[in-house]
Amino acid sequence: MGFTIFYLSLIVLIPLSMLFFKTASMGFKEFFGLITTPRALAAYRLSFTTACLSAAINAVFGSITAWVLVRYSFPGKGIMNALVDLPLALPTAVAGIALTELYTPTGWVGQYLQTMGIKAAFTPFGITIALTFIGLPFVVRTIQPVLEDMDPQIEEAAASLGANRWQTVWRIILPMIFPALLTGVTLAFSRAIGEYGSVIFIAGNMPMRTEIVPLLIMTKLEQYDYAQATALAIGMLLIAFLCLVTANFLGWLTSRNLGKA
Amino acid sequence: MRVRTEPRFVRYSLIMIALIFFGLFIILPLVCVFHNAFAKGWLFYLKTLQDRDALAAMRVTLIVAMVAVPLNLMFGVAASWAIAKFDFKGKGLLLSLIDLPLSVSPVIAGFIFVLMFGAQGYFGPWLMARHIHIVFAMPGIILATIFVTFPLVARELIPIMKAQGNEEEEAAITLGAGGWKTFWMVSVPNIRWGILYGVILCNARAMGEFGAVSVISGHIRGMTNTLPLHVEILYNEYQSAAAFAAASVLALLAIMTLIAKTAIEATIRQGQR
Repeated sequence: MGFTIFYLSLIVLIPLSMLFFKTASMGFKEFFGLITTPRALAAYRLSFTTACLSAAINAVFGSITAWVLVRYSFPGKGIMNALVDLPLALPTAVAGIALTELYTPTGWVGQYLQTMGIKAAFTPFGITIALTFIGLPFVVRTIQPVLEDMDPQIEEAAASLGANRWQTVWRIILPMIFPALLTGVTLAFSRAIGEYGSVIFIAGNMPMRTEIVPLLIMTKLEQYDYAQATALAIGMLLIAFLCLVTANFLGWLTSRNLGKA
Repeated sequence: MRVRTEPRFVRYSLIMIALIFFGLFIILPLVCVFHNAFAKGWLFYLKTLQDRDALAAMRVTLIVAMVAVPLNLMFGVAASWAIAKFDFKGKGLLLSLIDLPLSVSPVIAGFIFVLMFGAQGYFGPWLMARHIHIVFAMPGIILATIFVTFPLVARELIPIMKAQGNEEEEAAITLGAGGWKTFWMVSVPNIRWGILYGVILCNARAMGEFGAVSVISGHIRGMTNTLPLHVEILYNEYQSAAAFAAASVLALLAIMTLIAKTAIEATIRQGQR
């Protein structure tokens, strides 16, 4: 017990508090100025939109993947189930160079996109692809257990009361997995917004255009501009925290509404 | 049973959508790693892996994992023990604090240790005066790795320990076993699969961590370069085949991790029956 708290403070709490100490040593005006430079704002906007987009893509395809894995049987299902966790196990740098190689204009996927006039590598679209890869397991793994535990009688009851299959899925199953879906999407989003390794290769890292916040922090660190790096890091922590609180609240709201209905 | 399924057309299209999405996002990158690793043939592949810098990077990665994993294992067992077997105030807070490193960006994870121990950091001047190097050296890399992999063992063990409850330990103690003996002979065997799984997961992450280590290592070749950083350097020098060769070692590690995970899950499920 004592050891737990001691180790936790040593490794996590004290180092993290450094950020706040450092911020406290600046004035509010200075801090605000540092996080609202045009370059910082552009990076925040980019990180936020790409993370949102990838979370939305994962919400759709992650749900389909989870549904297919729980409800249907098809060849390769076991392998698919095992490989869902690949983005968690594969080092991010490896994922980063592999995705870049695939989506450059000469790559396996990139050449087809090229003929359609879509540029993937070194654009926000490429960043979204990398973030979608990283976030997939979070959505699938939070929905899967809920689908598995679902009582079959509920669906049978809906059908026997005259609901067609579409109505059952839309009005019964979707609301039941919705809290889990929100949790999964939040996890994917908060992972995506801080992601570094898999993004930097495919992003191209042009200031103002394809520079994500973690990369900007890294650049500032390399220039020994610790003040701005700290300010950006605090900003990012606050955004992540805010998202978590919001999503928790939404999840709580939906589960309460379900309980009443 | 008919009412719980969809028309065949819907079923097949959903499976197809999932398979295409999955193939595009998971399978293709994996195939791409191995394809590019062997693009210049077996000989080149073996030669890149025996390169001096590559071997040094593997050594650093192994040392980091060998220090970080046992420490986090000890913490994981202690923390899950405290949380699952005892009641105390602030348990929820402790739980969320344990998960905290998962939602902190890896770049920030590396950065906070630079703030603490770097030349401009809080303890920097003190350490400099005593010629102790933490940032841009092994201890920093290990610290950042411990931070990033911190919750992984505990997260696996807490649900298992909670599910098992206290009865077996209480029985052992009434039968006269001491606290330590109870722990080793009753508690540990009960969670052995959870421990193994947590360690494997923690190890994979420790060996593959990139962002946090990248901030703190200083990229000194042959000294503080881990295998993922070595991949980055090669790739940025346009030595694509060599980069993918080094990456394939890490990808292999990831695949073995997933196989072990699947096997352990199957064993646990059989044990429950």
